[in-house]
Amino acid sequence: MKKLINDPKNVVDESVAGFALAHADLVTLSTEPLFIARSDAPVSGKVGLVSGGGSGHEPLHAGFVGFGMLDAAVPGPVFTSPTPDPIIAATQAVDGGSGVLHIVKNYTGDVLNFETAADLAEAEGITVRTVIVDDDVAVKDSLYTAGRRGVAGTVLVEKIAGAAAERGDSLDEVATVAEKVVAQVRSMGVALTPSVVPHAGEPSFTLADDEIEIGIGIHGEPGRAKISLEPADQIVDRLLEPILEDLPFESGDDVLLFVNGMGGTPQIELYILYRRAAEVLAERGITVTRSLVGNYVTALEMQGASLTVLKLDDELTTLWDAPVQTAALRWGR
Amino acid sequence: MTVGTDWATAWVRGTIDTVSEHRAELISLDREIGDADHGENLDRGFQAVATKLDTLTPETPADVLKMVASTLISTVGGASGPLLGTAYLKAAGSIAGKTELGSADIVALLTAARDGVVLRGKAEPGDKTMIDAWTPAVEAAAAAEAAGADVPAVLSAAADAAEKGAADTEPLVARKGRASYLGERAIGHRDPGAQSSSLILREAAIAAGEK
Repeated sequence: MKKLINDPKNVVDESVAGFALAHADLVTLSTEPLFIARSDAPVSGKVGLVSGGGSGHEPLHAGFVGFGMLDAAVPGPVFTSPTPDPIIAATQAVDGGSGVLHIVKNYTGDVLNFETAADLAEAEGITVRTVIVDDDVAVKDSLYTAGRRGVAGTVLVEKIAGAAAERGDSLDEVATVAEKVVAQVRSMGVALTPSVVPHAGEPSFTLADDEIEIGIGIHGEPGRAKISLEPADQIVDRLLEPILEDLPFESGDDVLLFVNGMGGTPQIELYILYRRAAEVLAERGITVTRSLVGNYVTALEMQGASLTVLKLDDELTTLWDAPVQTAALRWGR
Repeated sequence: MTVGTDWATAWVRGTIDTVSEHRAELISLDREIGDADHGENLDRGFQAVATKLDTLTPETPADVLKMVASTLISTVGGASGPLLGTAYLKAAGSIAGKTELGSADIVALLTAARDGVVLRGKAEPGDKTMIDAWTPAVEAAAAAEAAGADVPAVLSAAADAAEKGAADTEPLVARKGRASYLGERAIGHRDPGAQSSSLILREAAIAAGEK
């Protein structure tokens, strides 16, 4: 497997260093322990937002650090949660006196490390609240699994909660808005090819040439089923149906439709998916009032995509439209 | 007979070596039902432990275990960092201040470690996690101690039961952690966390001079 890397051990450090250099107007880099913070952090009086998780999902999370979104991002090793130390340091660095919100994707490692960090930060006098994102409908949420995974919907949580914090909401208010997004967002993905973790050097799972995995997670964890490759429209239907049934989304709803690439799928294909998804939603009487298309929550070089639908109301729409200035999302400012 | 700080240090040194030797095997087990990083993460953690062990002058076994706990929590990441770190932390707490450990102390140590993992991870026996190695180990150690076994025999019983427990995860469906997303597809694969815990427990027995 060919990759544009040096020593596999240095992949994360070198990539984050490059990111910080490229976006020096937006962020500052801490190397020991490793985290990226907004260049003007801590913003006095503003609730701080910290997210993080394994690397390999870029631009998530560092690409969303800046005005109107995250105050800090904590990158772990590739596909592995960061440890509590950098999470605590990032939490301290962005606490402007109004408390800090941790936005955590529902993966066991992320949850345990953020939980440990929150306990220790609280012991140092910082008020921390945690919102767990679990938007992936491919996984059954039951006592018999670790619960639904947090996937592309995380970007929408970070954007909308970030806007709430920027307008001066309290920690409880920001957490409430974030929880509302979590309650109203659903996602599901598909993979055409696996990703290759640099230090492992081998594909993390296998798919035959004509096979795809429906319900893939963002680390290549399997989902609902392996099936034969189909035309894009049929794949969209397979992903959208469980999403729409789950909330459920109903005729008359206004929604944000987000087509996310997994890293190895070009935009030309993502827009084919968007076209069909918008068509299906229109047939159901659901109005797409906001949209997002691109590679935002990736799984290294995996070919594939996910669909995310968020039910909007006036408050969420206003917060989505609010100015944001980060490396990966930027408008209104 | 009892064991002391030298045993704890030897246990940790043995663990550093065994984790390094089994790194590829643990990665491979994790590739089947997880994300192919367990061996990598654990080896990174225990290499950091190795560095700290060289500068540590422990006075009690608990000193050694506490250092392992904080090092694993701050270097391993994933789920196994907080889980194993908590196991060592609670184990250290159960023997705080003691310089010599008898069979009953060993049972208390293993029980505290297991309870720590349960507290953090909320897994139950049969969920296909490291608990499936720890719980049989605790039960076997307690039974051996009740029957009058000495420390090496108690630790051997624990390690044997942990190895069997790890092997017994193969037919299970996972209900916690990343493997739980696989449903029935996890059947036939050994849980990497149970496997690494059984390796750790075997080193405890070897360090005590098991026959």
